[in-house]
Amino acid sequence: MASALINVPAKAKRGDIIEIKTLMSHIMESGYRHKASGEAVPRDIITGFTCRFNGAEIFRADLFPAIAANPFFSFFTTATESGKFEFEWIGDKGFSETASASITVE
Amino acid sequence: MHPPPNSTRRQFLGLAGAAAVLGTAPVVTLRPAEATPEMLASAIRNVTGGVAVKTGKVKLDVPPLVENGNTVPLTVSVAHPMAPEDHVSSIHVFNEKNPQPNIANFHLGPHAGRAQVSTRVRLTDSQKVVAIAKLSDGSFWSASVDVVVTLAACTEEVI
Repeated sequence: MASALINVPAKAKRGDIIEIKTLMSHIMESGYRHKASGEAVPRDIITGFTCRFNGAEIFRADLFPAIAANPFFSFFTTATESGKFEFEWIGDKGFSETASASITVE
Repeated sequence: MHPPPNSTRRQFLGLAGAAAVLGTAPVVTLRPAEATPEMLASAIRNVTGGVAVKTGKVKLDVPPLVENGNTVPLTVSVAHPMAPEDHVSSIHVFNEKNPQPNIANFHLGPHAGRAQVSTRVRLTDSQKVVAIAKLSDGSFWSASVDVVVTLAACTEEVI
């Protein structure tokens, strides 16, 4: 089963710019590979990633087969208040995974 | 005395052009093994809607020489403040020769803090990688890097 690695600082000062890193385990089959028998391997990628903070979207990505296996993202946000980051990955074949991480802002 | 004006030549060229257009249409639906600079240009047009793209502000960090195209670290940063009234609203990354010209679209907001995104991508050949940033005022800025890839990604056979 797929699993996510999330890196969010546990604490931050109000107004700090913090980095968020996420890694989702997924093959990201491009759909452009062939088996030795010649038949194409069907595409199986993650097509979308969303990060929400206390319900509001702060980062979103549309993904294409050119994203490497086990998609990794690093992005930034400003720490304004304590709360919960929620992460969501969706993809081909009904793929859907979520994860969350909390932050305390002082 | 003189041969007739160029009308027949024009007609011929028109027909040839139409034939070329018809000829390329099925290629697109069959998904070519390689994108072309035209596909790159049209993918960029889809994002910008024809607005002129200026060079600058955007920094695209990707190794100039890549040994393994299966996982290439890539960072895009935009030298622009992230204020509610003036911020980077999205970052788009394209390539020239992968089967598809798009790599990813990243949507940021004024709360992003810093206009910087990192990920890992696949490159199927030595090629140009282009990053375009859209600002909240509707202007577009870009940077491009030529990358040499020694081991290609993603189109090899599955063993």
